[in-house]
Amino acid sequence: MKINNLNVGFNKKEVLKKINLDITAKKVTAFIGPSGCGKTTLIRCLNRMHEMTQGAYVKGDIFLDNTNIYDQKVNPITVKRRIGMVFQKPNPFPTMSIFDNVASGLKLNGVKDKALIQRIVKESLEGAALWEEVKNELNQPGISLSGGQQQRLCIARSLAMHPEVLLMDEPTSALDPIASAKIEDLIHELKKYLTIVIVTHNMQQAARVSDYTAFMYLGELIEFGKTKEIFENPKKELTERYLSGKFG
Amino acid sequence: MRKDKGNQDRKQDKGNQIPNYVNTQKTILTMMEKTYKKRDYINKSVTIISIVCVIFAIIPLASILFEVVKNGISAISLEFLTERPGAIGSGKGGIGPAIQGTLIVVGLGSLMAIPVGVLTGVYLSEYASGNNKFAFGVRFFNDVLTGLPSIIVGIVGYIAIVLVIGSFSVIAGAFSLSLIMIPLVTRITEETLKVVPNSIREAAHALGIPKWRISLFIVLKTALSGVLTGIVLSIARIAGETAPLIMTILGTSLFFTSFTGPVDALPLRIWRLASQPYESAHAQGWGAALILILIVLGLNIGLRLLSRKNIASKH
Ligand SMILES: Nc1ncnc2c1ncn2[C@@H]1O[C@H](COP(=O)(O)OP(=O)(O)O)[C@@H](O)[C@H]1O
Ligand SMILES: [Mg+2]
Repeated sequence: MKINNLNVGFNKKEVLKKINLDITAKKVTAFIGPSGCGKTTLIRCLNRMHEMTQGAYVKGDIFLDNTNIYDQKVNPITVKRRIGMVFQKPNPFPTMSIFDNVASGLKLNGVKDKALIQRIVKESLEGAALWEEVKNELNQPGISLSGGQQQRLCIARSLAMHPEVLLMDEPTSALDPIASAKIEDLIHELKKYLTIVIVTHNMQQAARVSDYTAFMYLGELIEFGKTKEIFENPKKELTERYLSGKFG
Repeated sequence: MRKDKGNQDRKQDKGNQIPNYVNTQKTILTMMEKTYKKRDYINKSVTIISIVCVIFAIIPLASILFEVVKNGISAISLEFLTERPGAIGSGKGGIGPAIQGTLIVVGLGSLMAIPVGVLTGVYLSEYASGNNKFAFGVRFFNDVLTGLPSIIVGIVGYIAIVLVIGSFSVIAGAFSLSLIMIPLVTRITEETLKVVPNSIREAAHALGIPKWRISLFIVLKTALSGVLTGIVLSIARIAGETAPLIMTILGTSLFFTSFTGPVDALPLRIWRLASQPYESAHAQGWGAALILILIVLGLNIGLRLLSRKNIASKH
């Protein structure tokens, strides 16, 4: 994906200023930076999520394979199908069972093949490292799971749509270390098939999972490059100070 | 070190791998594309159907409004708004007492009904858990009250107050109107509060805030705009009530004198004017109807602005 001159704000307050960024396909890109710097705002631009927020404006272009996803002619539904999203707080559909939570995207988009749905639900739950824990209670409500399990359920729900890009906004901030490690493994696995963008406040996590890192500060993109270079040899002083824990 | 552990995990449960990701992606994409075409078509038809429905809903409303404005606007003047009614058939005078009476009776009725209704709603939503028998009774009684014909409510006001104090009165009218308003406000408050997420209550509990303060200053405040909308709608409803007022305030051509004496009200005045056999009285009736609509509209817009300002000032 390619982000061109992106400016974003809420009710006249400018939150993101002139962001330019290339996200490499089938790689993991991490957004890091102190809280409030606009990481969530940026990642939500990547699948036109801000259209649902009153008072939000987005200026600039974002390309996915040569299509400008902000083009008038582009169907926002298609954008969201191709670009999945996992939110910071787990948000399973409260009235649906575990199975239906994962199957919902498929069913509500016209996939009727029962066997196919069954297979995808199983694979997605396995992919999200949740299958072993829930395989005997697929009919229980999704919200009966623990917080960490709910988050993995939400990841499975996104995976079931087989997106080309997966956006994850601090996906492991609600998980225990073991579950987080599983998600990190999953990210390694998934990047064979899809592009991953992850927001994380955990610098070690960014270093472990990502190939590219973007460091943001006060709504601006300060530095962007290969994760290894950013962490070992940052070019900007601000980046270095942040990574060494001097502020944040 | 962590990497080793990750590899181990992967060996143990061949867990997080998705076989044939790209193939499955293609399969479901073709399935979905098919419905997208159909869905486009359905989308368009549903949009058209809803536009048609909106038009059908608006036609009667707009034509009523148009008719009232057309027939009523000529009657309106400063004299009409402030003076007492003139002699019958003269076409002179105005509806001053009726406007004043409506404001007093509806205002007093709302003052009685809003606290009772809101607090009952808070009780039902926040304090009466699951199969509380008393709450079940309150809810049931409340629903019955909602369905009561307004003339019956008028009779209740007549028996309970007019007969007791021996005079048609403002108080009796306000009491009857509040009986109509209480169940509406109760129901709307309860339903609106129920939608407030539990996590907000839990967050407040964890701060050690007493329950009643949580209910009033956090839960009710969160749901305030919904509750206000409900209150405005029910005020609009009682402002247009006629039957209970016939039984309680009677109607008069004099201005307000005391809370225990009779008073006039717009719906009553409209009814009186409409039943007179004079063109001039009918014109005045339309004028009075227009004023009643404007009062309700003004109240609606006013409260809406107020609640928006309230929310905005919090930031
Ligand atoms: N819906 C919104 N309305 C108004 N301001 C918002 C909204 N969402 C985010 N912001 C503002 O945008 C800035 C960046 O927020 P965010 O992107 O959530 O930061 P991060 O995820 O990096 O912690 C903050 O200053 C925040 O106040
Ligand atoms: Mg954030």
